[in-house]
Amino acid sequence: MNALSRGQFGPRALAVVLGLFLLIFLVVPVVKVVFVAFQDPNTGALTLINFVDFFNTSLFQESFVNSFYVAAMSVVLSSIFALPLAYFTTRFNFGGTVIIQTLGIVPLIMPPFVGAVAMALLFGGNGSVNLLIDEWFGFTIPFMEGLNGVIFVESVHYFPFILINLSAALSNIDRSMEESAQNLGASGLRLFRRIVFPLAMPGYVAGASLVFLKVFDDLGTPLLLNINNMLAPQAYLRITSIGISDPMGYVISVILVACSLLALWTSFLALKGKDYATVQKGGGGLSKRDLRGWEKTACYAVVIFILLLVLSPHIGLALLSFGTVWSYSVLPDAFTWAHYATVFDTSMGYINNTLLYAGLAALIDVIFATAIAYIVWRTQLSWRKWLDFAAMGAVAIPGVVIGIGYLRTFYDFNVPVIDKPLATWWVIIVVALAIRRLPYALRACVAALQQVSEALEEAAENLGATKSRTVRRIVVPLMSGGILAGFITSFATASVELSATIMLVSSESDAPLAYGIYEFMQSASGRGPGAALGIIAVIIVGIATYLSHRFIERRREERTPEIAVTAGA
Amino acid sequence: MSQHPEARAVGVTIDDITLSFGPTPVLKNVSLVIEPGEFFTFLGPSGSGKSTLLRLIAGFGPVPSTGRVLIGDREVTQLAPWERNVGLVFQNYALWPHMTVRKNVAFGLEERKTPPQEIRERVDAALDLVGLLKFADRRPSQLSGGQQQRVALARTIVVEPQILLLDEPLSNLDANLRVQMRREIHDLQRKLGLTTIFVTHDQEEANTISDRMAVLNAGTIQQVGSPMALYDEPVNRFVASFLGTANLVNGTLERSSDKAQFCTTDGIRIPVVDGEFQTGAELVALLRPQCLAISTSEAPAFEGTVRLEGKVVHREFLGSLLRYSVSVGEHVLVVDDAHQSGHALFDLDNSVSLHLDRDQVRVLAR
Repeated sequence: MNALSRGQFGPRALAVVLGLFLLIFLVVPVVKVVFVAFQDPNTGALTLINFVDFFNTSLFQESFVNSFYVAAMSVVLSSIFALPLAYFTTRFNFGGTVIIQTLGIVPLIMPPFVGAVAMALLFGGNGSVNLLIDEWFGFTIPFMEGLNGVIFVESVHYFPFILINLSAALSNIDRSMEESAQNLGASGLRLFRRIVFPLAMPGYVAGASLVFLKVFDDLGTPLLLNINNMLAPQAYLRITSIGISDPMGYVISVILVACSLLALWTSFLALKGKDYATVQKGGGGLSKRDLRGWEKTACYAVVIFILLLVLSPHIGLALLSFGTVWSYSVLPDAFTWAHYATVFDTSMGYINNTLLYAGLAALIDVIFATAIAYIVWRTQLSWRKWLDFAAMGAVAIPGVVIGIGYLRTFYDFNVPVIDKPLATWWVIIVVALAIRRLPYALRACVAALQQVSEALEEAAENLGATKSRTVRRIVVPLMSGGILAGFITSFATASVELSATIMLVSSESDAPLAYGIYEFMQSASGRGPGAALGIIAVIIVGIATYLSHRFIERRREERTPEIAVTAGA
Repeated sequence: MSQHPEARAVGVTIDDITLSFGPTPVLKNVSLVIEPGEFFTFLGPSGSGKSTLLRLIAGFGPVPSTGRVLIGDREVTQLAPWERNVGLVFQNYALWPHMTVRKNVAFGLEERKTPPQEIRERVDAALDLVGLLKFADRRPSQLSGGQQQRVALARTIVVEPQILLLDEPLSNLDANLRVQMRREIHDLQRKLGLTTIFVTHDQEEANTISDRMAVLNAGTIQQVGSPMALYDEPVNRFVASFLGTANLVNGTLERSSDKAQFCTTDGIRIPVVDGEFQTGAELVALLRPQCLAISTSEAPAFEGTVRLEGKVVHREFLGSLLRYSVSVGEHVLVVDDAHQSGHALFDLDNSVSLHLDRDQVRVLAR
């Protein structure tokens, strides 16, 4: 027994528990899915026959191409939205910067599938916008026609990923980089091409690959827009219509996972060794200039146009939730509270379930994430990196795959006492949400832990506090901002998660909000209440996000008044 | 803060410690005895292992592969940090930003389950001792660097540790404050009679504050002694050049009739006291800049000195003195000349004579 291994028993036991959890609820289901994909459905032998079948079926070929097309086009369209905004904020002294920054949190507040139906009503062939265009100009634009609709909805929701990453990359370029290039004779486009562009590229690629990944894996949006010839919807439909023994669902899952890994790998390669932290002490970002009168007008026009686009799902959803009948008209015929009344009468169960599931999942996430962060960064356990790797690995696993894996793995496992398969018990939904959101919480907790200097812990131990006392009195309180941020992010995203949930909900009474919205949106008469439920979801997530933001800001001010002042000066 | 601190002071014994970070050896067979109540300094360049040695006493860092650490008569080698009762003041203070000053100082007492009333009294006393009682309810971020340093000291001494360890506590302060804090720490240590170990890479700091010090380099102890003894009687080149400026000249010992002489290949000859070295022994002579006098080449020889002829190649004005570099044969010697306004200067390329006080030359084995 030495001083290092002393006090390691607790972490070790904890690491074993965490490892088992990840093994049972992440590794085993995914491995099972992969295994089934490579297994002959009749003989059980290992084979590639399922993949051959997949690529010989024209529907699957089409789905495969469509998924790639939609993901790639969404990246293109998102870039078109994000590039001017990132450029304005980093190059000009522009009053609209605050608006642009707020755009960054919009996707967190509403997942794309919630707004999809509202977007169809606003931009569809007979939607408000096309009715107006037709009336004024005599033609219509197929915004929402087929795959266009998916691309449009996804881009509007996910372009902030590119915006945030690119803006961060641009504002991390120190002014001295630009000035030394100018000093050596570069200017204008040449300066941009040789200095600014290469330095900002990793940020852009990271954001773009994230968009690709999100769109490629998304199940809810195509389902709600009734687009079935894409990979994720096909996987879902095969499993729900043919059953969990059909190998095609598994083959698609493997392809989804492979593509996710590819996207993540691309982003990893883009960022590897290019951690250009070029900002020097006292330096700022690239030099900014003031806008001339007409330039300012043009900038505001672009920003407001994009803002309107981004808010259109919210606006449409609000109109839908208050409207009586909305069809072949620019606005609903009349407004009413009836949909909200319906929701509160019949659908409180969805809301309660969501608060319960997302709350529990987020709680599990922050507890596990704090423990994993501590184990990985503060102990010497030999396999600690694997724990980190497994927990972060959940990022690469699409919700559909988790859902299919759980159904396959836990259908045969009867939970004692309640005597029901684990795969159909509501707790499995919580577990799925927790696993899927763990990477977000972990990232927040690791960032928070890295802010805590080890000397602060050693000081406590030196004054007589044991490891566990130190964790309780020093580490966790100092991490609290990050832990809370992790909780809120996990909670907010889990409360509107659909892709894994939709496969695991076994009875209406166990269903959460996202599932309820999906159910309502299936019928024309359910759209009103569905939209009302969507608005409630947006409000819940919005309030949570706002509160965490406030809390974190206040904690920061409390602790470092001088630093805050100097940083602001 | 105890009534009879001197009676309670304990020493530290480090017995043949060898320790490595992974494959990199950091401390090699280090043995040291620190007396009760002593102000002891570990002095060395960065990477010499001085902080590692200090943290070892506190129980942090890797476990030594051999050796023992004793505090008083108690062996602590295998004890966890929280079982040792040694107070460590960190280089960047490590004050907890989520607690007030009072809470920071009370922490150790709370961990020791001291009654609340006593905690309050002792925290007040400790804060009073460092002159910060009126800032008790502030947060550390609202204090200046020097004040944070005092809080860190108060937090450590309030638990009445057996040993006080200071890990480069002054390195984050500006020059004037450093001198002031150095005195405060010294006075506090005298008042408490607490055995104190101080780590620094700054030889001036070490000289002014220590009773004794150990010079470390590359994980081994080079020499232990009082600051003056180490300066005057260094045992090797490293100690000689780390403590102050030194001219180190390589040569051999030669004997003619009964006289021993230190001789270099380019003709410098210095008579030395005959003793420990064999004829032909490879030696190095240590000449401190202030033990050389500089004059014009026409000036007569001084009594009891060795005269060397050379040329000025560099001159620096350091305020209280002028520092000349003079080329003598193949050597360049640094010579200090006390500065007074109006005093004649030697310019570059001036031919000069150096007068070396024989008694001040120290000859070491190479």
